[in-house]
Order: sequence, then structure tokens, then C-alpha cells
Amino acid sequence: MLRFTAGRLLESLAVLAAMTFVVYILIGLMPGDPLDLMIAADPNLTSADADRLKAIYGLDKPILERYGNWLMNALQGEFGYSRSYSRPVLEVLVPRLGSTTLLMGVSLALSLAFAIPMGVCAALRPYSKADYAINMLCFAGISIPSFWFALLCIILFAVHLEWLPAGGMETVGRGDLLDRAKYMALPVLVLTIGSVGSFTRFMRASMIQTLRQDYIRTARAKGVGTARLLTGHALRNAALPLVTVVGLSFGNLFSGALITEIMFSWLGMGKMMYDAILGNDFNLALIGLLFATAATLLGNFLADISQTALDPRVSFASREAER
Amino acid sequence: MRKATVAVLFVFFLAGAPASAKKELVIGISQFPNNFNPMIGSMLARSYILGLTRRPITVYDADWKLICVLCTELPSLENGAARHIVTDDGKPGIAITYTLRPGLYWGDKTPITTEDVLFTWKMGRNKAAGAGNYELFRRIFRIDVKDDRTFTLHLDKRNCDYEAINGFQLLPAHLEEKHFKDPKEYRKRTAYDTDTTNPGLWFGPYRITQVVGGSHVVLERNPTWNGREPAFDRITVRAIEKTSALTANLLSGSIDYIAGELGLTLDQALAFEKRHGKRYRFVYKPGLIYEHVDLNLDNPVLADRRVRHALLHGLDREAIAEQLFAGRQPVAHGQVSPLDVMHNPDIPKYAHDPKRAKELLREAGWTRKKKGILHNAAGKPLQLEFMTTAGNKSRELVQQAMQSQWRQIGIDVRIRNQPPRVYFGQTVRRRKFTGMAKFAWFSAPRNIPLTTLHSSRIPSDSNGWSGQNYTGYNNPRMDKLIDDMQVVCEPEKNRALWNEMQALYSTDLPVLPLYFRANAFILPHWLKGVKPTGHQYPSTLWVENWRVEK
Repeated sequence: MLRFTAGRLLESLAVLAAMTFVVYILIGLMPGDPLDLMIAADPNLTSADADRLKAIYGLDKPILERYGNWLMNALQGEFGYSRSYSRPVLEVLVPRLGSTTLLMGVSLALSLAFAIPMGVCAALRPYSKADYAINMLCFAGISIPSFWFALLCIILFAVHLEWLPAGGMETVGRGDLLDRAKYMALPVLVLTIGSVGSFTRFMRASMIQTLRQDYIRTARAKGVGTARLLTGHALRNAALPLVTVVGLSFGNLFSGALITEIMFSWLGMGKMMYDAILGNDFNLALIGLLFATAATLLGNFLADISQTALDPRVSFASREAER
Repeated sequence: MRKATVAVLFVFFLAGAPASAKKELVIGISQFPNNFNPMIGSMLARSYILGLTRRPITVYDADWKLICVLCTELPSLENGAARHIVTDDGKPGIAITYTLRPGLYWGDKTPITTEDVLFTWKMGRNKAAGAGNYELFRRIFRIDVKDDRTFTLHLDKRNCDYEAINGFQLLPAHLEEKHFKDPKEYRKRTAYDTDTTNPGLWFGPYRITQVVGGSHVVLERNPTWNGREPAFDRITVRAIEKTSALTANLLSGSIDYIAGELGLTLDQALAFEKRHGKRYRFVYKPGLIYEHVDLNLDNPVLADRRVRHALLHGLDREAIAEQLFAGRQPVAHGQVSPLDVMHNPDIPKYAHDPKRAKELLREAGWTRKKKGILHNAAGKPLQLEFMTTAGNKSRELVQQAMQSQWRQIGIDVRIRNQPPRVYFGQTVRRRKFTGMAKFAWFSAPRNIPLTTLHSSRIPSDSNGWSGQNYTGYNNPRMDKLIDDMQVVCEPEKNRALWNEMQALYSTDLPVLPLYFRANAFILPHWLKGVKPTGHQYPSTLWVENWRVEK
């Protein structure tokens, strides 16, 4: 266990280090620095002004030197200042991280709460009317573009029915739990509908395979009831592929959902990173992306641990041998 | 009968209630400011919000007239508050004296004085501090303070617009001085961004009481404001980037009003008006944003003035404006807006005249037609590249209409669009477009086109790609006119120079003028007094005139 964890940790650090370099260079190579755009748009700025502003924002040095400086500061816990928010990076990032985790966490929990029973239900009677109906709902959820569905929800629930707010995170001057729940309802609905389909399909496929296993047939022959068969024997094994998929989705909890955030003016990580990349806000983009990468790596790691817990045949030794 | 009367009165009261009881206004804009320091950066969203909280010393009003806001009187040579001087190094300069209005207080009841003027100047002229309007402060080489309210600025250059110090945005010395000890760090430490709700930072009708980054700003009445009492107790400015979400929020009542300065594009507003026209009041205000096509004059085809004239004669700009913008955007015949006091209406104009366009092209040597495209004697086709910003639907629609109209007079126009970052950051700025580049200029009233038309401002490797004369236009007469316009200040002579400059621009046509872009303000019927300006100073600077009426 210890060796496995240490190996994974080293691997993750190497990936993170490579990510910082690649992301920094890629952002730096993007044409049209916003400062250039500002200079081009303002007829009163002279070339001396441009040089002065570049020096102030540290853009007058070669990109490798800038990367080196950034890395040295980051290693000392100094993540710098966000150019686009005029605040220290962590001050910008932490609230965004909280709201994204809340939104994505609720959505993930709801997705699983619907996907697992729906997947099981469809798998119990494959190609039945119930299976077709669930499949149709799943495909609809997967296929509907999120921006369009979001707009539809806003028009229906906010404009016509006036039940829910069209966007934002809380009523100005209120912000109690009920108020926040009202603001979360539509973005959570859109995200849940978008992800419940794929989780259901994974669950269904995995459960169908599991139900065909010899030990399930034996249990049935022994007279084990359907409920006991599912909860005691099938679900645990059928959940393994789903655990891997959920582990891979773990990074999304922290990286946000760009389109949903934009449509509902939800202040999350997705929108923040998008703006930071477009605005050449190196410090913020890097820390945001690194956080999302680290979360994805952590999700994978947790998925591995969960698999060993769910399936005793999978041991840390065998995992290490795989690596 | 009595019951019926009471019922009618009750219904009447209810109908009137929303308007009369309206004490809060929620404004929707499409951008959130990246900082709140009035001296750093130049973001429109920030100017819009700061318009509610503070005032410039001088500004152009909604009628494009320069007015004193914080000062008592505009200085002039005639009233003696401006006088010519010679600088220490022998250059001709000017000294201008302003007196601050009495009774001005920051929101924490500290009086606004010349101390604030001196601190603002110190910050503005410090290279490391990052002031956006550095050039203005560099030109002020000395400030003499007479008392708490009167000060004299000494400028090292004589310009005709000396009385306008719109960029001199006062900072509260009593709060900001301590953050300025290390000018390099000022940008990060300024109270405007670290303590934005501090009342001492604001002195307008409202002060900022809450900022939720990326989402909204809440403003409440400022008790130290001594001007006209504003109508609302609280104003919330919400940033909703996606325009479809912005309109949905308006329809659902989450916001009351979409600001024209930073709201929907004209085509979006027109489409919205078609569907919901009765529910709101739509105001379309054309202004300073000048849509045009820059022509690369290094291209031998475009270097011929006859071809440039033919290009404009070949366009039916009126029809484009009518079809795509319901006639809300006036066709531009030059770069100076008709709302500008310096506008010259008597300049050459180019009506849609395909016959004349073909004649001009023939004169220019484009005589043979093959498959509908004109060729010259050497067999070269009349082919031009046409670029604009990819993804800007409105611009791309106009571009396609123009391509089709030019095709009818035998010009083969090839469209090659790029994302804004590449287009403005590289292609236009470094003059990499080979033919035509469509975009917009946003200037100021009475803006002398020094950087866009003077030959010294052609961007090149040797000058670090500075300047905005992207066409490469080089006419000594234009250079002379621009130089003189800055220093010949007698009204009649100055106007004559402006007139000649505009006429020369329209004759030489280094740029094809298209139209002046209109901003769309979508207001509730009960909100009165919002007066769009059409220039860069937002309508919020006169928020105290906004009223709730049935």
C-alpha cells in the first residue's frame, strides 16, 4: 500500500511539473496579448506607454525566464497576483473552488442517485419497454447541448413560470440556504441531466454482464430473492466500471462546467479558468489548471483504492504489477 | 357603487405601486470590471460602475459639450484662468487654473482638496504605478496649489484642448497615500481593490457596499453627496456575459434594465425588440464607434485612389444599414461623427453608383472581364483579401453583403477572418493584412486623428509597431493639418483645419467609412431620465437624473 501510494505520488508530481511547463508555454505562445489589444485599441497610448505597461506586468522578459521566476515563487508558496482580478490568486480561486465543488458535488450525487437505480432497472429487463424508455431518456440527456437546455430551462422556469431565478448565486442581501438552493436548482438540473445518461448506460451494461455470471445463476438457483441478489451479489461487482468513470469525473468537481456556469452566471472554476487563459492571466490559469489536474490524479487514485475495497481480487500488489 | 369605487381605487393603487415604490434598480451589463481603481486600466465596465460613484473634474456631457463637473469654471485664455508660459527648458507651455466646487466630500466625510489633486498627479506620473493615462500626467510638469480648492497645472505643451482634463481622476490621498509607498506595488495594494467598500473611496451619488467578483456590485446612496438626490436607495449592477442569459434575466424580472454601453449588440437588440417591443422602451444611440475598412496602401491595387473610390461607389451602405440594422446605424461619410462639434457636413460623399464604380476601375486599367471578374492588361484579376473578426456575427453579415456588392462590379473579394486575438494582436497591428481589414475605432469627441492618419504613426519594426496608421497612409498635407490642429487654437482657424482634414480624408479615402455603431438601451417604461451619450463617458455619470415615473 505504502509503496503503491509513494509511486503514485511521484508520478503525479512529475505530471504536474510537466503540466506547469506546457501550460505556461502554450499560454505564452498565444498571439495577441491582451495588453497588445489594449494598446492597439487606445489611440492615445504611445510605444513608450506600451513598453512601460509591459515592464509593469512583467511581460518584457523572455517566456522561459518568466516561467523560471514563476516556478521558483510557486515552490515557495507564492502563487502570485491575478492580473485580471487585481487580487492574489488564492483569494480569487478559493471562493470559486467552493462554489464549483458545491454545484458539481450536488450534481454528481444526484446523477448517481438516479443513474444507479435506472441502470439496474434497465439491466433487469433488457429490451423491455422500461429499458427502451430509460435508454431514450439517457440518449436525450447525453445529446441535448447544455447551452440550449440551459436556455430552455431559463425560459420555462424563470421567464414563464417565474418559479426560479434565471441566474446568479443568491439574492442580493439574502443568501440563506433556501435562497441559495433556489439559485442552484437550474444549474444542477442541467448538469445532472447531462451526466445521468452516461452513468446509467455504464451501470446498465455492467449490470447486464454481471447478471450473466455463473455465481449469480447459482445464487438464483439457491433461491436468493431479486433484492438480495442485487444488493448482496451483483451491485458490488457491477459498480466497478462505474467507480472508474466516477473517479475520472472527480476532476470535474474542481474544474467546473464552463457552459453551465456562463449561462447561469455561476461563479465557478470553469469560467474563471477560461477567462484567465483568454486574458493571459498566467498565475491564475496555471494554478486553476494545476488544481484540476491534481484533482483528476487524486480521483484516479481514489478509484484505484475503491476498486480494491469493492473487489478483493484486486490487490495493491497486482495494481503495482500493472504499472 | 361605493364598493366599486373602492375596488377601482385599489386596482389603480396596485397598478401604480410598482413604479412609485421602486427603490432598487438592477442593471444588467455583459462584462465585469477587473479592478476599481479609476486611474489603472481602461475597461468600459469599470467606467460604467464608477460613473455611479465618482465624477471627473471635466467631462463631455450627453450633448458632447465639455463641462466642469468638479470645477467651478472651465479655464480659458479669455477668462484668464489659462495663460501661455515657457517651460524651464524653453518650450512653449500652458498654465491652467481650476477651482474645485465647494462642499465636495469623500464618503467618509473627508473634504476633497488639492491634497488629493497632488497625490493623484504623483501617482499618475509615476512610471511604475501603472496609470492608464500616463501621458496626461507626464505633460503636467508642475502643480501650484493656491489653497484647498484652487490649483494650477503647468503643461509642457500647448494644445487646443488644454481645458479638458477628463482623465484626471481624483484619488483620496488620506486613504491611498499609505499604499503608494512602493509605487511598484501600488497596483496590488490600492484600497480600491483591497477595501472596495470603504466609503472614503467614493464621492458620487452612490458608494459601493458589496462586490461579488464576476457577479455583481451593490451600490447604496452616499450620504455625503450634495448634488441632486438620486431616485433609488440601492442600485445593483449585475454582470451576465452571455447575451441570451442577459435577455432571459430581463424577461424574468431579475434585472430591470440592459445598459446600452455594455449590453446587446444592435442586431440582438432589434431581434429582441421584435418579440418583446411592447414591454420595454428601446433607445438606439449612434455615437463614436466608427466601423470602417482599413485599406493596405502598400498593395499596388489599393494604392490607386480610383480603385478606392470605386470600392466605395460599389457599396450600397444605406441598403446594408436598412436591411441589417433597421436603419438604426447612420452611414458614415468620414471618421468624425455628425454629433461631434467639429463634424464637417460638406465633404465628398460616395453614393451607391455601380456605373461610376465601373468607369473608375476602367480608368485604373481594369478593363477585361473574365467570368465576371475584371482583369488588367497583364491578365491579373482584380482580387482583394478582406478580413475581419471571426465570430462577430454582425460584422460577418455586413462583410458578406459587401463581398456580394463588389462582385457585381467585377471585384473578386476573398474573405479570410481570424479570431479577435490574432486579428488585432498580430494581423492588423503589424499590418499583415494584404487588402482590406474591417474593424471599429472608438475615439473621443474632438479627437485629433494623430495616431491613425499621421505618417509618423505607421507601425513598423523600427518603431516597435506603435501607432495606428495601419493603412500606411502618407500625405504631407495631412501631416501638416494634424500638426496645426493641435496648436492653432483660434476657433475659426481651428475649424478650418478640421474641415480641410475631413475633406482630405474623404478625398484620399485611405479608409472606407461604413457607419457609426449604435448602442441599444433596453429600459423599463417606468425608468426615465437615462440619457445615452454616444461617447466613452457613460450615462451613469448623470444617474441623479434617473427617475421612476408611471
